[in-house]
Amino acid sequence: MSKVLVIAEHLDGVLNASATAKTVAAAQALSPDAIDVAVFAADPSAAAADAATIAGVAKVLAVANPANAQALAQVLGPQIAALASGYSHVFAPSTTFGKDLMPVVAALLGVNQVSDLMTVEGSRVFKRPIYAGNAIVTVEAPADQTVVATVRTASWQESARGGSAPVETATVDAALPVHTRFVGLAAGSTDRPDLQSAKRVVSGGRGVGSEENFKIVFEFADKLGAAVGASRAAVDAGYVPNELQVGQTGKIIAPELYVAIGISGAIQHLTGIKDAGTIVAINKDADAPIFEIADIGLVGDLFKVLPELEATLGE
Amino acid sequence: MKILVAYKRVVDYNVRIQVKPDGSGVVTDGVKLSANPFDEIALEEALRLRDKGVAAEVVVATIAPGDAQAHLRNGLAMGANRAIHVVCDAAIQPLTAARTLLKLVEKEQPDLVILGKQAIDDDANQTGQMLATLWGRPQATFASKVEIADGKATVTREVDAGLETLEVDLPAVVTTDLRLNEPRFIKLPDIMKAKSKPMESIPFADLGVESADTLRTTHFEAPTKRGKGVMVKDAAELVAALKAKGLL
Ligand SMILES: Cc1cc2nc3c(=O)[nH]c(=O)nc-3n(C[C@H](O)[C@H](O)[C@H](O)COP(=O)(O)OP(=O)(O)OC[C@H]3O[C@@H](n4cnc5c(N)ncnc54)[C@H](O)[C@@H]3O)c2cc1C
Ligand SMILES: Nc1ncnc2c1ncn2[C@@H]1O[C@H](COP(=O)(O)O)[C@@H](O)[C@H]1O
Repeated sequence: MSKVLVIAEHLDGVLNASATAKTVAAAQALSPDAIDVAVFAADPSAAAADAATIAGVAKVLAVANPANAQALAQVLGPQIAALASGYSHVFAPSTTFGKDLMPVVAALLGVNQVSDLMTVEGSRVFKRPIYAGNAIVTVEAPADQTVVATVRTASWQESARGGSAPVETATVDAALPVHTRFVGLAAGSTDRPDLQSAKRVVSGGRGVGSEENFKIVFEFADKLGAAVGASRAAVDAGYVPNELQVGQTGKIIAPELYVAIGISGAIQHLTGIKDAGTIVAINKDADAPIFEIADIGLVGDLFKVLPELEATLGE
Repeated sequence: MKILVAYKRVVDYNVRIQVKPDGSGVVTDGVKLSANPFDEIALEEALRLRDKGVAAEVVVATIAPGDAQAHLRNGLAMGANRAIHVVCDAAIQPLTAARTLLKLVEKEQPDLVILGKQAIDDDANQTGQMLATLWGRPQATFASKVEIADGKATVTREVDAGLETLEVDLPAVVTTDLRLNEPRFIKLPDIMKAKSKPMESIPFADLGVESADTLRTTHFEAPTKRGKGVMVKDAAELVAALKAKGLL
């Protein structure tokens, strides 16, 4: 008998529908008696209505509180822990939101968290990656404790939409700290496809050479309708902002098509793209490790290949 | 003010991890061990705060088997004032680590605790958040910039949407992301100097920590390998190959 509480992620009241629907999919793999989704926000109505359309959701709990305007882990944690009684599992996506928040919930409930849940092997048995994905472990949580997990979204397909779960207003009784203040969020441009849910991603690495040169990566991505990503080296060098980083310490993604341009293929980068459908690599070094995992490899100078590709695609 | 840095020893990030054929673990015999990269960044940040005159003392702490002294000496050589070695033979899970660090926090009363955002062996990304929770203090995870003034820390955090800034009251817990700083190299004279710096050794059992290793690992396996791909000659062949796969 399992009952799962899924913590919805949202930004300013707009649901991160992809991450939330993938987390619901992981919850469904438990064949639970019920999956409830909780939305904590200043005004949760829009995100809750959206979450209610995810198939498999029994009901949505909307927790309105001005203190929930931003996702402050030490503010949300005690509320989730209070709401968690009555649930056997509490899941959130393994995004920076879930990674920041869920260990707080786990600590309050006196358990270790199952980080980056990849597969469900039993109601308390899961697989998860360690050592940057170079080993996969099977872990078992004890029967008498709540399972707290973050779900590795790249391992799951979004649960379908079209549901119509009821939305209930919930109140929770928890003392909330006042020691943390949100100052601001400097968000990147949002007019491009979202890296984490895009079907196609084009990434550039150190080989692209400069912020200026990255223009050709963006142009090529536009041609494909793709999101843009980057290696850590490209981010560190200041070619693109941090939120574009793909890999162990950036975003773990699973697009249908991933094109790596001027990226050598360090293990920490590959961790982020293992679940991509087709990996294309363009690199001038025939010995670059990226070719060991690429489905389609092209040895060549990116400054020559990309214009040619665009020309071919433009026909 | 005083800064406590959690400084874990892990398998070096350049080592190619091999899973044992019987699925009982990963090969660690004879494998190079180093400081967790995020913890080196944590220590570097603490040292910079001391260099700026914000902090007076930097203490590094590890929970590890008896042979981890050389690891702590590296932390001292980098510049920490003192080291605390909680001697513990078995690997512990994040909640146990957080409870242990809380004992050190109660003893040392630091104004700031800096940890790595994740240890690159278990990739758990939990201990800092758990410590903040148990301690009842603020957390600012995945930091790429830390400023301390007037009993507060202003921390820029790397989040999926971009860069978030939080202001937290001290004492607080900060966990580091890679772009916070670039750790300094250890110089030979510093290794000599580190030999005379104080290192306290505390048996894990003496701290009275209730162990909380709740997860049982039953099996290790290698990740599924991707099949070998094809090489194409030029842009036209690449486009043709993508079209053949139905991707264009
Ligand atoms: C703890 C830790 C975590 C990390 N996390 C991440 C992470 O999340 N993501 C990540 O990406 N990295 C991460 N790294 C860094 C990683 O180890 C590599 O340093 C990084 O991925 C290298 O980026 P790169 O491939 O762009 O650069 P390089 O390795 O320098 O490769 C550049 C490539 O470009 C090619 N090139 C150059 N010019 C051209 C040209 N004109 N045309 C075609 N090809 C060209 C070169 O042949 C080369 O292969 C991490 C490292 C550590 C220690
Ligand atoms: N055994 C340990 N000794 C010292 N620090 C630790 C230990 N375990 C975890 N930490 C700290 O907690 C951080 C996060 O670890 P984890 O939650 O295991 O990913 C690490 O980067 C360290 O700073």
